[in-house]
This record gives sequence, C-alpha cells and structure tokens, in this order.
Amino acid sequence: MSEQTNTIGHAIDRVDGRLKVMGHAKYAAEFANTDVVHAVLVQSTIAAGTILAIDALVARSMPGVIDVITAENAEKLHKAPEIQQAISFPLLQSNEVLFNGQHIAIVVADSLQQAQEAAATVVVRYRPQDAVTSMEGRDGDQRKPSKKLNGKFEIDSATGDFSSAFEAAPVKISATYKTPVEHHNPMEPHATIAAWSGDKLKVWTATQGISGTQQTLAGFFGLAENDVTVICPFVGGGFGSKGNTWTPVTLAAMAARHVKRRVKLEITREQMFFSNGYRPQTRQALKLAADRDGKLLALRHDGVIATAMPGAGEFAEPVALISRMLYACPNISTSHRLIDINQSLPTYMRGPGEASGSFALESGMDELAVALDMDPVALRMRNLIDSDASEGKPFASKPLAECYTKAAEAFGWSRRTPAPRSMKNGRMLVGMGMATTSYPTNRMKASAEVAMLQDGTVIVRCGTQDLGTGTYTTMAQVAAAELGVSPDRVRVELGDSRLPKAPVSGGSMTTASVLPAVQEAATAVREALFDMALKAKGDQWHNLDRTALTLDNGAVVGPNSQLGITDLLAQASLPSLSRKVEATPSDEADTFSRHAFGAQFAEVHVDPDFGTVRVKRWVGAFDVGRVINAKTARSQLIGGIVFGIGMALMEETRTDRASGRFANANIADYLIPVSADIPDINTIFVETGDPITTRLGVKGIGELPTVGAAAAIANAVYHATGKRIRDLPIRLDKVMA
Amino acid sequence: MTDLNPTRRTVLCAVAGMSVLPDVPQNALAQTPPSHTALSVTLRINGADIARPIEVRTTLLEFLREQTALTGTKKGCDQGSCGACTVHIDGHRVVSCLTLAARCQGHEVTTIEGLAQGDVLHPMQAAFVAHDGMQCGYCTPGQVMSAVALVKEGHTGTDDEIREWMSGNLCRCGAYPNIVAAIRDVADHTPARG
Repeated sequence: MSEQTNTIGHAIDRVDGRLKVMGHAKYAAEFANTDVVHAVLVQSTIAAGTILAIDALVARSMPGVIDVITAENAEKLHKAPEIQQAISFPLLQSNEVLFNGQHIAIVVADSLQQAQEAAATVVVRYRPQDAVTSMEGRDGDQRKPSKKLNGKFEIDSATGDFSSAFEAAPVKISATYKTPVEHHNPMEPHATIAAWSGDKLKVWTATQGISGTQQTLAGFFGLAENDVTVICPFVGGGFGSKGNTWTPVTLAAMAARHVKRRVKLEITREQMFFSNGYRPQTRQALKLAADRDGKLLALRHDGVIATAMPGAGEFAEPVALISRMLYACPNISTSHRLIDINQSLPTYMRGPGEASGSFALESGMDELAVALDMDPVALRMRNLIDSDASEGKPFASKPLAECYTKAAEAFGWSRRTPAPRSMKNGRMLVGMGMATTSYPTNRMKASAEVAMLQDGTVIVRCGTQDLGTGTYTTMAQVAAAELGVSPDRVRVELGDSRLPKAPVSGGSMTTASVLPAVQEAATAVREALFDMALKAKGDQWHNLDRTALTLDNGAVVGPNSQLGITDLLAQASLPSLSRKVEATPSDEADTFSRHAFGAQFAEVHVDPDFGTVRVKRWVGAFDVGRVINAKTARSQLIGGIVFGIGMALMEETRTDRASGRFANANIADYLIPVSADIPDINTIFVETGDPITTRLGVKGIGELPTVGAAAAIANAVYHATGKRIRDLPIRLDKVMA
Repeated sequence: MTDLNPTRRTVLCAVAGMSVLPDVPQNALAQTPPSHTALSVTLRINGADIARPIEVRTTLLEFLREQTALTGTKKGCDQGSCGACTVHIDGHRVVSCLTLAARCQGHEVTTIEGLAQGDVLHPMQAAFVAHDGMQCGYCTPGQVMSAVALVKEGHTGTDDEIREWMSGNLCRCGAYPNIVAAIRDVADHTPARG
C-alpha cells in the first residue's frame, strides 16, 4: 500500500466537501420538488386537557387548501413497534393534550404560504386541566425510571458503604448542581417528503437513523419493512434530535396518504423546540470525600431529572453513570429519579448523561481540590484507576494520564497561580480551569457491501448516515487502503434504506460500527481478486504464496509481474466483483470496559464590573482511539467543544410557568455560540488505539469533546472570580450576584 | 422576533439585510394588494432571467427553493436569525428569508450555485474545503456567501474582525475556527482594494 492509497490517519479533505460548498448536497426538503403539496402543523396552546372541537371551516375554504387533518378524520395507526426510535405520541390518535405545542392538526395546501395562512385560522376549543409546568416543588412526585438507563445500566448503584465513609472522612464537599432544558437546534429543521405508491411508502427525511425510521413507519402503517424506503444522503446536523422517528415524520406520511398526494412537511424553527426532544432539566446532588492526600474515600451522585408525562413517553438522562467509573473510590452510591411534567418528550443530546453529569462531578472535583488546597490536575492524577469498578472489568485502553499531561503542558497550566482572582490581564480577571471527559465506546453490528468495477472504481454501499462527522470520507479511506486505490476512486453510497443495514448514528458509534464492515468487505474483495489472479493463465502465478501479493493502482501485483483488475474481471466476464459482510462486535470486547477519555483546559476572561465571561483559549487532549482522518476528527472535536461552550455560557430554554410553553423558542433568543464567541481551539490526539473494540483501533469522537467542557469553564470562572456557579448557564447576572 | 430587545445577532442580520434592500416608494405601502395576489416576476439569478408567477408574499428564499431548483440556499430559521439563507443582491450579502422576491426585480441575485466557474471552485469555496470549514454542510452555502462579501467589505483586518463580521451566520456543528482560517487564507491572497 502506498501513501497515496493508504490515507488512514491522514488529514485528507472531506470527500463530500465540494458538493457542500457548491450547494449541491441535497437535504431532505430538497428532493422531489415538483408535484408536491405542503403540510403545516397546528399546535396546542394549552399544556394539559382535552380538545373539545377543532373548527377548520375557514381554513378548508381558503384558496389552495386541500384538507385539514385532525384526530376526527385521521387514519388509525397500528401499535408502535417496540424500538427505542419509535415516537408514538402525538399522532392525532386522541383528543388528549399532554403538553403545550403538541401537534393537533395538519393543514395541507398547494403552496406553503397557503398552508401557513390557513393554519393560522384554525380555532381550537379545549377543556383545560391543571398542568405541571416545572419540576420545582414537585419532589414528592419523584419516581424511579421504568426501564434501565440507556436500556442496559442499573438505575441506582452502591459499592462499599458511602454513608460511613463520608461521615468519617477528613475533607468533604457537598453541593447541588443544576442544568436547564437545552435544545439541539441543528441548522437544518426537520423535514420530510412522503410519497405513497399503492401500499408502498417512500420518505425523504432528515434522520440519524434510516433503519429505525423504516421500522417505525412500517410498524405504524402495518407494512412490511421492505415496503418502506427511507432516503437521507445528507443530514443538516442532528446532535441527537434526529435519532428518533419523531412525530412529524409519521404525520407527513399520514397526510400524504390522506390527500393522496406527495406531501412536504418542513417544521419551523419554533416548532423545533416542541417536536424533537431536548436535553432535560436536571438537579444533581453531589457529595465527595477524601483523605488529606486527596485520595477519594466516598462519592455520592443523585440525579433528579424532568421528563414528559407517561403518555408521551419516558426518557431518563443518565447523569450519574460517569461517577460510577471515572475515579478510584471504594464507596460510591448513585441514583436517578424522574419528575413528570407537561412538556414534550426529552431525548439524547450531544454527550447525553455525561455532559450534564460531568458538570456536577467535575465541578465537584474542583471544589474538593480547593478544600484540599491541592492542584486540580494532581487531584485527578491521584485518583486514576485502570479498571472499571462499576462493571468489574479492565479498561480496553485508558491513556488518561497522558491526556492530562499533554493538555496541561500545551496549555501552560504550570503558570497558573491557584488563588482565585490572582491572575489578571489588564482589568480583566483571568481564570484557568480544567475537567476530565469520558464517554463510552459503543459499537453495534453493521453491514456493508464493497464492489470493484472493471474500470478500477470502488463502490462502498452501507445504510448508514453522515451527520457531518466525515463518514463518507472515512469509509472511502478504509476501502481505498484495503484495495490499493486512491480515495477519490471510491464512491460511497449511504443514507438509503435499500442499502445493507447499519445502526443509528448516535452514541458516537458510527465509525466503530460501520468501518469494520467496510474493511471486512473490502478485504473479501481483495482476497477474491487474489484467488482469481492465482488461477490466472501463466505459470508464474500458479505456485505463488498469496502473502506475496498486493493490490496497487488497479492491479494485482506479484513478485515478478502484475495483472490488471480490468483484465482479470473481463476474462471472468464479470462487470464487477462485490462482497457483502455483516460485522459484529466480538464477545471478547464484552469482557472489557470500553471508554474514550480526555482532558479539557479552558482560560476565561471575566469583566469584574459587568460579569461577562469570554473564553479566550482552549486546549483539549483526547484519547479517541485510532484516528482515521485527522482533519474531520479535529473538526468534530472542535465542534463538540463549541457545543460545550454554549452549554456553559448561553444555552437555556425557558418555560413560561403559566402556560407550560417554551418561551424563547427561536434561534435569536435561544443563544448558541457565534463565531465571535469562539477562540482558537487546540486539540491534541492521544492516539493509543483500542485493539479490543475493532481491528481498526477506533473508539468514537462525537460526544466526548462536549463532556467536561461546561465544568472546565465553571472551574475557570471560579478561579477568575472566586464565585462558584452551580447553575447553568453561567450568565453575567449569576457572576455579579 | 424580539425587535424591542435585539441581540447582537439580530442587529448584525438586520444591518446586513437593510443596507441593500431596493428602495420602495412611501406610497407603495398604502397600495399593497392582498398577500396572496398573483404576480408575474422576472428575476435575474446567477446571470439568467427566471420568470415565474408567484404570490406577492413569496420570499426570495421560497422563490429559490420552491419555485426554482436552486436549493443550495438553505432555510434555517426563516426569521433572519441564522444566516443560512444568505445570498448576494448586487454583490451585497442579504438574508433571503427576509427579502420579498418581488422586490428583487431589476437587481442581480447571486446564489451559492452561481459562485463557481463551471467546475472551478471560487477561491472561498476551495478554502472552505481545504480548511474543513464545514461539517454537516447545511449552513455552509450561507457561510461561503457571507465570507465572499466580507472579504469585499474589507473586514478581514484581524481574526477577531472576521469573527465579529461572520457572527450573523450560525454554525451548530461549531466549524467556526476552520471558517476563520479559510477566510484568513483567502484574504491573505486577495489584493487589497485600491
């Protein structure tokens, strides 16, 4: 393999970059634009109660309006399939209202403008009921989640004896941390185009999981999976909000069948706050105790999390999982409790569980370091552990100490003077803070097909998704490396449910799941080509050892001569040679605890008069396993840190307590970082590889850089000001209070 | 929109949008027909004249995405807050979601599809690819259009100036540092304006 063909680890350009900068990458709403009619959703204006009547008389009479669909005339759906991605409420199956902003009618018209205008005239009469619009003051209603966390982790945990150990410990802290509702706000709003052809359904939709969407729609409409086709070649950002099959997807398909037309349903930015989940509000009580040398003796982390009313589903943000495994501590106790409120269903959001949970744990570790008068990095080094005590398994790889060391050095941590308010830049207070990050390494089974064409083109086919993470590019790189071609000779097909099945793109698992399948299929193609070469005419090939063969630049290369693939395939009358492989995680992998790790270092400047916080520098060192593409991997790390900066300083969806409605449901009042908020970000790969999870050695990236970011900033703000903010986001009024 | 309490972002968008809107005679407002009135317009887009019957309330963004096949211009918020729909009108950057299509007659509209010369990328497009100034790609056309205008406006003196003048274009994937690097690269290779 040459430099040109084996680009694994190199910073090659994103293969879909050209399409994206030219405006030619097509997203869900941009397909099938002829002969399409437009659907607009009507939402409830109360948070709890019953719909008595929906008066759509005016709407139905307006120009261009085809129909208005409500629970009165909507088709009855089959039961939701038993998969995590199926969202079954609200789908116009009843008159019950469980949250403000619930979809209660669909207006379909020839043009979008006509549908919007008609939707505004729909009048709804309700019988309202008292609604629970906040978790505050509802502690009496706390309940246990009904299922294990993330489907596999115990809701509560206890090792050792926390209470006695905490009681007896010489140094301890106890604090409560709060995180608000946050919304993903990908730049592409959810959109679906649905087209029926008899009893076959085709949807173009913005999704992180085409397979889950296919299964969900097949379930609701009582179809065979193969009768549903889901297309999504590009996703305009997801961050968790496109992981489930949210109700607008199903509603678009219902509308298309109802009006017997191809229907486009693009939800508005405001509707993005009510229709596809959010990071739920949490309150986390943390207790930490250590001996005078900083050795942890006791840790307790109790999370209380807001969720929807049971009829709308359940999601339990697993905030305390990270406290079970990150540090050596003999006495650990954790718990998760839910409070049901009348709001739409929350869901996974970048770094689910760990992002919120690490704000508590890593702020707490900083508070403990202060109590011990100890350096925060040294405290974490003191409590390193090389096995996962919660699972009783060794870590597959854990170069966390190296992450701390490398990041601290690049950041210049040694220049930090520990006392709060001790560092200044002009009139600005300077703060330096750090935090640990970790996220599980996930992998699921995935299939891929690789084909070598006569002309030397390689085609890789896999029903995965590319959210902007670089999946097109890394798939091309892996196939190219195995088959001795340059990546620009590889054409990648993904985002189509007719392709070999792959899992949802969530939990940072796409690379670890999909690339092994691509690699194995490409290897199978290569071996088949070697088989053909060894049987080829000419004595010199017959007695060769296959280990002496390589594939390079469109030819099988032996010790003395080479055979062109074009000729090999032509002689066999094959237009192409393809192999399909299903790659599954090994049983051995289950005997290890598998996580990615990292260290986050932030410098902030705080204005002493106004309390404004600006992030001025960032260094992060990350163990993401083997890096396939240094350019797209670095982009993802930077992006995750930017996401974390937003979480720390800006992001907060506020609820109007009277109506239960999200009050700042637009992207001007829901603040996310803009370019001027983001400094230079230095990312360092600590590349040890993880040979256990995959042969390639990859772990995962997406979630990791968001975890720990908010705590690093909170800790830096404490260092700058002496003020400990335990309630996100860190707004100037809290700094000045 | 909270016009009474503008954020830095809405101000930037509004400034970028207002500076180039075609003038409308004062008495035109009094004569505004109902919003669904049909109108036949001819818009000059990427050097070609495109004639369509539209409703007068149709925005330039809807005209591009629904009435023509020019879907490279993206709808992110439809409220002028995100910049994903940025196009050029007579060379100036404008958010097309707050611009009525009918008001663009007689002006040159350039969209992302009109930037490259055939297969040859505009230097800004090439720099975005080289510096990976994108991830999901949805905000990218708007970022590129804003970036091209920004270099022309002369707001590339420092990286902080680039950051400030690109802050009307949101990127949720967080590609900002790479976008700044791409713009810096192009600005450094663009002759200063005489």
